[in-house]
Amino acid sequence: MARRPMAERRSKRPATPRRQTAAATRRGPAKPPTRVPFSAHGSHHLREFVGSLGRLAAQPLAALMTVAVIGIALALPAGLQLLVSNGRALSGQWDGAIEISVYLQQQVSAEQAAELVAQLQKDEAVAEVRLITAERALAEFRESSGFGAALDALPENPLPNLLLLKPAAGHDSANGVAALSERLREDLPADIVQADTEWVARFHAMLDVVRRVVALAGVMLALGVVLIVGNTIRLDIQNRRDEIEVAKLIGATDGFIRRPFLYTGFWYGLFGGLLALGLVGLSIAAMQEPVRRVAGLYGSGFDLIGPGMAGAGILLAASAILGWLGSWISATRNMRRIEPGN
Amino acid sequence: MIRFEKVYKRYPGSREALSGVDMQVDAGEMVFLTGPSGAGKSTMLKLIGLLERASSGQVLINGRNTAGIDRRQIPAFRRQIGMVFQDHKLLHDRSVFDNVALPLIITGTSAKDVGKRVRAALDQVGLLKAERLRPMMLSTGEQQRIGIARAVVSKPPLLIADEPTGNLDPDLSLEIMRLFTRFNEVGVTVVIASHDLALIEHLGNRRVALRDGRQEGTDSGA
Repeated sequence: MARRPMAERRSKRPATPRRQTAAATRRGPAKPPTRVPFSAHGSHHLREFVGSLGRLAAQPLAALMTVAVIGIALALPAGLQLLVSNGRALSGQWDGAIEISVYLQQQVSAEQAAELVAQLQKDEAVAEVRLITAERALAEFRESSGFGAALDALPENPLPNLLLLKPAAGHDSANGVAALSERLREDLPADIVQADTEWVARFHAMLDVVRRVVALAGVMLALGVVLIVGNTIRLDIQNRRDEIEVAKLIGATDGFIRRPFLYTGFWYGLFGGLLALGLVGLSIAAMQEPVRRVAGLYGSGFDLIGPGMAGAGILLAASAILGWLGSWISATRNMRRIEPGN
Repeated sequence: MIRFEKVYKRYPGSREALSGVDMQVDAGEMVFLTGPSGAGKSTMLKLIGLLERASSGQVLINGRNTAGIDRRQIPAFRRQIGMVFQDHKLLHDRSVFDNVALPLIITGTSAKDVGKRVRAALDQVGLLKAERLRPMMLSTGEQQRIGIARAVVSKPPLLIADEPTGNLDPDLSLEIMRLFTRFNEVGVTVVIASHDLALIEHLGNRRVALRDGRQEGTDSGA
């Protein structure tokens, strides 16, 4: 009979039942594996992982609703973050364009100006110096303005020699530029030292405010995602009450019971993140053309930048982790309430 | 195997379910808990499976005081006990095979062993052919046998059953009890709560009679 071998193995039990089972309930080497061997764990995990996906697919509408809420909640901070990084990219273009104009005094000759250039080129705070002599400036002006005849009537060149400086890296912040300008004003025989950095500073300050708003919105909406997933998992647990009760009766650990819910939460988060990514992508596509037009009007070839691979990776990882976290908290809390026997 | 020492159990907001019960079940024994409903039979089984805790007194399983087993140790403890319920507690959204396999799955048994042992257990209860069916497609008696297969599939040294024949006609009841006897014969300690006195007398095992949470007496059987 097929039942024979099992019965035989069983019949050996009464000889050593006490020792065997006593050791088993203690934390001894003979303890039954509450910790499951790794390979068995692996295959089981994989099955649960895929199985949890199947369960979502079994109720597509409910799952879709949850995913949509998560996606929209995550798209907002992701979109704002993108706004900030675009702003930063834009101001980066301006930063490179910062120039300090030094209008030398009238009595400074072109030769003296050339000497100053040589001197400034040794200055470590200066990346580049260009000299626009008074003659060249006048010639350019004559050409572009069409006031040639009027200029000819002037007894002498009214324009000063002009030095155009680009601050070196490390001196191109708003403060660095201001300090450099101040130094030039003192050191050089200049009438005017001009660096129009104030509006760049204002823009940076505003960007800082927006960045803070993004961070706050991000935290709040992340919390929202945790709550959304938590609530969905809570309902899921209520629906699977019988299953959890039976699992507890036969000695399943909390970790074992929690696992499928964690996977479900993970999937919710991941799909929510994908949806958010899609929404952000669509928004960029929709805004690309108008932004290009505005940039074109300002003579800039600025293009909106997308989240990129790294940004997308961070968004997806964050959303998956939030889903996992939400389900962990919810499952741990709600599982406790289900005890067999009451 | 099991020892109750002056065990009291009071559920919140109700009368005492157990009032100072002393009882002992030796390893390899098969014992019936008898008495009318509300006598405390189920409560005793719940205390053994740690579904409930004693209000006072001691419940020792394998010489170990169950009061010392905390929440985290309960799963490992319950794996030593096969439990059978009047309402079977089967999961209706999965196959008979999956139901019986559950105790093996939670311990991470390899898929090959799961298949072998589930079929061995189903064979023992005579339902090998039902493995692909859903429990709902089976009769009550068959569902109970599935419940028993699930309880024994991981070969626990102790089997407890709460009114396992409660919903069955006499013939089916006898068949179920015979199954328990067979497991007992191969060394499993069995404790069954039942009010089916005629059937119990027929089987002739030791009885512990309860009434209103007190022990009325113990009868060594025929």
